Amino acid sequence: MNLAIRDIRHNTGRFAFTTVGIGMLLMIVMGMGGIYRGLIHEATLLVDRVGADLWIVQGRTRGPFAEISRIPGNLEDRARAVPGVAEARRFVSHMIQREREGRPLRMVVQGLSWPEDRGDWVPLVAGRSLRQGHYEMIADDSLDLPLGTKIALGKNQYEVVGITRGMVGTGGDGLAFFTVGDAMAIQFDQPGEAIRLERAARRARVEAVDIGRQQPLFLERAVGLSSGIPAFATPQVSAVLVSLAPGADPEAVRRTFETWPDITVYSTEEQKNLLLSGMVDKARRQLGLFRGLLIVISTIIIALIVYTLTLDKVRDIALLKLIGSRNPVIIGLILQQALFMGFAGYGIAWWGGQYAFPRFPRLVLISSSDLASLAVIVVVISILASFLGIWKAMRIEPNTVLAA
Amino acid sequence: MSTAPAIVVEHLRKVYGSGRTEVVAISDASLEIARGEIVGMLGPSGSGKSTILTAMALINPPTSGRVTINGEPALEGPRALVDLRAFRRKHLGFVFQKANLIPFLTALENVQIALEVNDVAPRAARKRAFELLGYLGVEARAKNLPTALSGGEQQRVAVARALANDPTFILADEPTAALDSTLGRQVMELFARIAHERGAGVLVVTHDHRTLDVFDRILDVEDGMIQERKDHRDSPAGR
Repeated sequence: MNLAIRDIRHNTGRFAFTTVGIGMLLMIVMGMGGIYRGLIHEATLLVDRVGADLWIVQGRTRGPFAEISRIPGNLEDRARAVPGVAEARRFVSHMIQREREGRPLRMVVQGLSWPEDRGDWVPLVAGRSLRQGHYEMIADDSLDLPLGTKIALGKNQYEVVGITRGMVGTGGDGLAFFTVGDAMAIQFDQPGEAIRLERAARRARVEAVDIGRQQPLFLERAVGLSSGIPAFATPQVSAVLVSLAPGADPEAVRRTFETWPDITVYSTEEQKNLLLSGMVDKARRQLGLFRGLLIVISTIIIALIVYTLTLDKVRDIALLKLIGSRNPVIIGLILQQALFMGFAGYGIAWWGGQYAFPRFPRLVLISSSDLASLAVIVVVISILASFLGIWKAMRIEPNTVLAA
Repeated sequence: MSTAPAIVVEHLRKVYGSGRTEVVAISDASLEIARGEIVGMLGPSGSGKSTILTAMALINPPTSGRVTINGEPALEGPRALVDLRAFRRKHLGFVFQKANLIPFLTALENVQIALEVNDVAPRAARKRAFELLGYLGVEARAKNLPTALSGGEQQRVAVARALANDPTFILADEPTAALDSTLGRQVMELFARIAHERGAGVLVVTHDHRTLDVFDRILDVEDGMIQERKDHRDSPAGR
């Protein structure tokens, strides 16, 4: 006869409330793990999806995810000339925040190297990839910009032609894909007055030197478009992404790039590690500690509940001892109830999580391995928690029943 | 069935505390109860009845003296000569003032558990538990929880539990105290029937003088000493 089940059946309401409470606690523990997994997933999503083999970044820097990286856009042409390189693309990525309908709109502006890259690799849930070099964008649905929405960024308007889901940046903000040209236009957009002032300052600087006074054409050029002045560098990008040709030796290609003193080259894995060690590591430790703390709290709470339930059964346990029950029968009663509460709480946590986690503002990713490890943790804490109750039960004297 | 007495208590002495706080609860108590015999134990509060009872129940070992059950020595002073819990399981049955049924088990399960802790297979335990409830006239309430039973029914279930393992000896501590006189009498007669029909020794601690006639013998306890009452069936209370 299973005494634990009968006791639970008899006190269904009490066990149900207790188990729901434990379940909520375990849901937080589960959620903490999920937030950490989500953090890693979001942080590495772009690096994984963009599908590059090598990342060329500014020399002696750790790349665009760790610090500012600026390299000339035409580096992609140099990269294409290296044997073993199949494709080289400019990579532009930056964050902007605007107001839209009275609410802040934060997005990661991602440049696609038009015309080679039209965003065909971007997983769309609606719409299409880019079809023209300007004024189109693909937006993640977390940005709440439906298909056909036109949004003004800088001096231009961009129309949403495709929608992605779950494509977010390292900070959890939705990605918006533009052509590189548009992404840079958004990045380097300046008000007209700032441009006018810069041109006037440029003219003044040219007038101040002899060549400006002797060559009027210089003055004319100085007040024109920046792109019309050959002395000015072309707009810079964050990185150049390199895809290797099939069968190419990655190490050989890499060694070639490493001989270029103006750049630093990383493999995708190295870029990911830099990203995780820099951005995610502290969050991971913080969440890990918080999770550990919650597990300890859960153990204490389950232990106190089991202890209280044992106290309620002092007379029954004394009677069982009096009629000769062996200790395993009594230990089994307490241990099974602790395990029941643990497992039922785990089930509630899992079930509740299915509804609650998708409503969190950032991705909560529950992996099978995390679920399995939490199940093991629940078993362990349930067993540990039952010790207090078992200790109490073992100290109950059979003659307690006579005193009662 | 063994011909040995159900229980023999020899020179039982129980002292609580020591030195200046020493209290002698039992000075020198001896008694013997045969199988098939029902014995009543009477005495005022503090006379030592409970101490004798708990020593005989093997849950409160005496300071000195010996307790032998079914011919097998179980306690020699405070020293256990057998596995007391296993010995209780096999030889002793208990009934208390309150039925002390486990609240989350049905009447049937309350009897069944006593059998299962004695290694009786669940199916056989269930069958025997049902038979015992039938013997005590409460089989119709087998599936009810204790809260749904009357006081008398609860006490009958408790008696069935005490009988579950065919004990050598049954200890009943004021089993009728919570019952009205009619029910009290019924329960006492039940104990007498159990003793005589099933051959168990039965010791009933009671204050109820109206039912003394059911006992084969009566023991009076006063100041830790046991004295057997002579010819109690002839006394006015015993008639």
